[in-house]
Amino acid sequence: MSHSSVASRPLPTIPPLLTLAIRPLPLLPLQLVLGGFLQRILRRNPGLLDRLGEHRYARFGIKPVDLPFAFIVEAAPPRLLVVRELPQGLDARVSTSLANLLALVEGRVDGDALMFSRQLGIEGNMEAVLALRNAIDDAGLDLPGELASLFGPLGEPARRSFELARDRLTGPPEEER
Amino acid sequence: MELICPAGTPAALRSAIEAGADAVYCGFNDETNARNFPGLNFSRDELRKGIAFAHDRGARILVAINTFPRASATALWQRAVDDAVEAGADALIVADIGLMDYVARRHPNQRLHVSVQAAAANPDVIAFYVETFRARRVVLPRVLSVVEIAEIIRETTCETEVFVFGGLCVMAEGRCSLSSYATGKSPNMQGVCSPASHVAYEETAQGTTSRLGGFTINRFAPQEAAGYPTLCKGRFSTALGDGYIFEDPVSLDATTLLRGLQSAGVAALKIEGRQRGRAYIESVVRHFRRALDTLEDGSEADIVSLKPFTEGQASTLGAYRKTWR
Repeated sequence: MSHSSVASRPLPTIPPLLTLAIRPLPLLPLQLVLGGFLQRILRRNPGLLDRLGEHRYARFGIKPVDLPFAFIVEAAPPRLLVVRELPQGLDARVSTSLANLLALVEGRVDGDALMFSRQLGIEGNMEAVLALRNAIDDAGLDLPGELASLFGPLGEPARRSFELARDRLTGPPEEER
Repeated sequence: MELICPAGTPAALRSAIEAGADAVYCGFNDETNARNFPGLNFSRDELRKGIAFAHDRGARILVAINTFPRASATALWQRAVDDAVEAGADALIVADIGLMDYVARRHPNQRLHVSVQAAAANPDVIAFYVETFRARRVVLPRVLSVVEIAEIIRETTCETEVFVFGGLCVMAEGRCSLSSYATGKSPNMQGVCSPASHVAYEETAQGTTSRLGGFTINRFAPQEAAGYPTLCKGRFSTALGDGYIFEDPVSLDATTLLRGLQSAGVAALKIEGRQRGRAYIESVVRHFRRALDTLEDGSEADIVSLKPFTEGQASTLGAYRKTWR
C-alpha cells in the first residue's frame, strides 16, 4: 500500500534509441543481481510461494517489450535467467513494457486493466499466470526497499537511484501529482 | 448508503478499507465462493486477521459462501459457514436455500445476506428469504431498472444492495451454464466462470485469439480493447452476421445514478471485482467514496474516469436503464 495506482493512464515505454544502446551489454551481471534479488524477495515474502501453490514450480517467461532481453523466472527453487530471446517450452509467457512490469510487481496497476487495454500479453498456462499475478499483488512488494537491503551500506543510494529511475519511467504516484 | 467493496487477498482488503470501504466482502480459498481462482482468496487465518484489521478501523467483513453445494459434499460449505461465524464475520452472503437453512438453524444470531447468485428479483421471493431464514439484506440481480428497484423496496422490509461498478452477468445469475457447457466446471457450484485452466490465448499477426475449453470465443485486433474470455462476451459468426450476440465486453458504471438509487431506498452499493488487483480496488473504491461523500454534502463532484479499469474500455448503465439489446 505504499504506492497509489498509476493505472489511469498508459505508462511510457523506453525510447527505442536507449533500447538500441543497451543491446550490446553483457547479460551475466544483470542476471547475478536480479537472481539475488529474486532469492531475497522470496525469502522475505514466504506468502508468495503459498499463493503460487502448485504453480511455484512453473517456468515463467517475462518479456519487457521495450528491452532487448527477457527473463526466465522460477520460484521454487528460485532461479532467474536473463536471455536475449525466450525459448520454447515455458509454462507461461507475459509480455508488456518495463514500466508496466514494475508497476504490476508493486501493485500500482491492475493486470486485468492492462489486458483490456492490450498493454499486456499472456500465453500458456493461465492458472499459473493468475496465481503469479495474485501472489505478487498480495505480497505488496517494496522494490526500492528490497533493493536497498541487497546493497548493504550502499542501500540508501541504491534505493534513491531506483526510485528516481522508476518515477522517471512510470511517473510519481497519483496522490503526488 | 454503505459502500461494499471486494477483496481477493488480504492486501486488497486493507487497500479497500484504507480507500474508504464501509464493508469488504471476501471468500475462502476453495469452491465455496464464486471467485475460486488460482492464488486468490483467504485462508481461515487470513480471514481472522482481516476481520480484526477491519474492526479496528470501524469497517465490516462480509463472507461470501455463495456457490451451490454439491449434494454429496455439503460439509465443505457448512464448515465454511461455521468457520466464518467463528472468525467473527459481520454477515454471510449465501445463495443456496439449504445453506441458508443451515445458517438460520445453527447460527440464529448471524446476519445473513442473500447473494446476487440467488437471483432474488421480486418482493415475493425476498419475503420468503426474510420470513424463512431471517435474511437481513438481499443483493439484487443486475437485471432490474432503478424504477423496478424502487418498486421492490416499497414492498419489502429487507435491506437492498445493488451493484454500481464492475463485470456484468447478462444471464440469470446463479443459473448460467454457458461456462459449464464449455469446460465442465461450474461457476455456480465450483465458483469458476471461465476457469483459467480452460482459457488459452494465442498471439498471431491478426491479433489475439481467446479460447475457452477449445471454443474460439473472440479475436481482438492488435489495438482493439479486449474483455474477459467468457462465452457471454464472445464474438461469433451467425446467420445474422458477426458480432457480440449476448453482450458487448463492457463494465457496469452507475456513478451517475447514485442519487436515483438513494431515492429508491437502496441501503448499500456494491463494487464487483474480487479477482482484480489492489490498484483497481484502491482507485474504484476511492472513486465511489468521493462520489458518495459529495452526494451527502451536496458539493460538486470531482471524479476521475474509471474507463481504464473497464472491460473493453467501455462502460454501461446496464439494466438500470434498459436500452441494451
